[in-house]
Amino acid sequence: MHIIQQLLFILCSGIAVFFFAKKVAEIRRNINLGRDEDITDNPSARWKNMILLALGQKKMFKRPVPAFLHLAVYAGFIIINLEILEIFLDGILGKHRLFAPMLGNLYPFLIGFFEVLAVLVLTSCVIFLIRRNILKLRRLNMPELNGWPKSDANIILSTEIILMGLFLTMNTIDLVLQSRGVEHYTQTASFWITGNFTWLYSNLSTATLIGIERTCWWLHILGIFLFLNYLPFSKHLHIILAFPNAYYGKLIPQGEIKNMPDIQNEVLYMMEPDKAPPATDAQPEHHRFGAKDIQDLSWKNLLDAYSCTECGRCTAVCPANMTGKKLSPRKIMMDTRDRMEEVGKNIQEHKTFQDDGKSLLNDYITTEELRACTTCQACVEACPVSIDPLSIITQLRRNLVMEDSNAPQEWNMMFGNIENNMAPWKFSPDDRDKWVEELAG
Amino acid sequence: MQVRSMAEYAASGETPEVLFWVGCAGSFDQRAQKVTKAFATILDKVGIKFAILGKEEMCTGDPARRAGNEFLFQMMAYNNIHTLNGYGIKKVVTICPHCFNIFKNEYPALGGNYEVMHHTTFLQQLINDGRVRIKEGGAFKGKKITYHDSCYLGRGNNIYDAPREVLQALDIELVEMKRCRSNGMCCGAGGAQMFKEEEAGTTRVNFERANQAMETGASIVAVNCPFCTTMLTDGIKNKEKEDSVSVMDIAEMVAASLA
Repeated sequence: MHIIQQLLFILCSGIAVFFFAKKVAEIRRNINLGRDEDITDNPSARWKNMILLALGQKKMFKRPVPAFLHLAVYAGFIIINLEILEIFLDGILGKHRLFAPMLGNLYPFLIGFFEVLAVLVLTSCVIFLIRRNILKLRRLNMPELNGWPKSDANIILSTEIILMGLFLTMNTIDLVLQSRGVEHYTQTASFWITGNFTWLYSNLSTATLIGIERTCWWLHILGIFLFLNYLPFSKHLHIILAFPNAYYGKLIPQGEIKNMPDIQNEVLYMMEPDKAPPATDAQPEHHRFGAKDIQDLSWKNLLDAYSCTECGRCTAVCPANMTGKKLSPRKIMMDTRDRMEEVGKNIQEHKTFQDDGKSLLNDYITTEELRACTTCQACVEACPVSIDPLSIITQLRRNLVMEDSNAPQEWNMMFGNIENNMAPWKFSPDDRDKWVEELAG
Repeated sequence: MQVRSMAEYAASGETPEVLFWVGCAGSFDQRAQKVTKAFATILDKVGIKFAILGKEEMCTGDPARRAGNEFLFQMMAYNNIHTLNGYGIKKVVTICPHCFNIFKNEYPALGGNYEVMHHTTFLQQLINDGRVRIKEGGAFKGKKITYHDSCYLGRGNNIYDAPREVLQALDIELVEMKRCRSNGMCCGAGGAQMFKEEEAGTTRVNFERANQAMETGASIVAVNCPFCTTMLTDGIKNKEKEDSVSVMDIAEMVAASLA
């Protein structure tokens, strides 16, 4: 019997790890569809950001209530994973509570601690569900979340509640079985939480209890394997990618826009033709100004999109969104991920990308959204995991203006004024210092 | 008072202490010109040798770049850097946070390296050094005043304290808006929005921000940017509160309080 369970366990682990690794490879490939960008400078500042922002959740605490709830789930998730290690080894080795004899008195203390965390996780997830579905917080009920994104959130929270429930039930019954001296159930001291609930099961027969305990054990670990494989399809992937994303986050001032050296050079060669390299017969590489599709964006923009957990802190502070404009920085990130997934599937089917007549710009993100942005960087500042929606907006705007000459009439006039009058308004450049005369007079 | 251009300095073989980059709004916009004059008056009064570029100054290219027109930005940048480097400019002060951001963060990659300061930081240093002296019991003493962080001084470049310290030096009662400092809300002008009609929405960004400012009960909204000045003034007018609430640049407030 035990050997079958062991083999079955090893098989399940193998399948879970295999499919997870396969999906991770796909995500990696999708992120690498982006433009190269060297982000290796200043590793010490980057590690610091990762520790403060991802590990330390620094920016989450701008909103204390969700921050504490999230911290409970996050700490619970990480620390309870230590217990998963024991469960995993038990499964492979056909043991039960492998660590109990080794850790002695520390063992019930640890399990007790995990149980407290499990209760905290469970409670927080229930509150999160209430906030989403009953209190209907504005940030969590915006139009871009209709459909799958809302279900995704509810699936994640429900799964965590179920997993914690299984963990606690398993421990309670374990204690009952221990008290009856059932073979294989290693004797430990009572556990802090579940020790108080053994009466729930005291009327059931030993055989039934072993059946329930095994079922809980299996459902718990299978649930974890399934959840692992659900991650790459879900916004919940942030639990992994928040770390690299914080590491590769922007270190330069938020106000700074990345330079375009090719255009810089083009202007230089126009102004100083002697500096231009000699013309060659080589065909210039096809090159697009700004970004029209995900391949034109940097790989960091694409990592951003996979790291987004759709919390909407960006959209909640966006001045355009707050005043009813179509722009939502969160939607920019969701659209980028959706388009990336679409391109990924296309590549999967055809080996290489076959033009599908679609692009991130226009088919996913409209000009109206892009034109509403004030580049105020509130979204960038708000993101707890260093996502930069503004970077994508700027690159798409560059494409609109430079490739499609698509700008509102007023902007075209402003461009013309800058070019001809050296100011965005139609004033004579000769009047630029007129205020000096007024001051003198 | 006499305001001399860089060309005049160069002709006489003199070097100014600092170049005052006025910016397009400060040069042409009637409201912003008052700020320009106020700041020039302060500089003159404390005896700082400053120059302007005058007719040689051009738009930094900020609105073009943020609208997506990189070509135009690069052309403006090329010309400005050419002029500034030609004069050997080392130190720049500007009354516009957008120009400040461009000088500080975006011109260096193009060969334009200057020590640049926003006028609020400059004023704070002048006050700290005792060069600018504020009169006791000035016009703003004890007044309830709120301060609006411009995006490109605040979030863009993490300058939150210098402007507030200048205001404190005026002995005012500073009341913060709910959204302030790194969580400050945009006035609606950035990203070249100043130069176009807003996209369709339920209200305007400047109306919303002006309401937040008025909710503090302040009689003055202190600002550091010519575009914020315009946007917030319009927002206050929309509520017909222009008689009780005014928008003032920090330079104007300092100029009115000089000892």
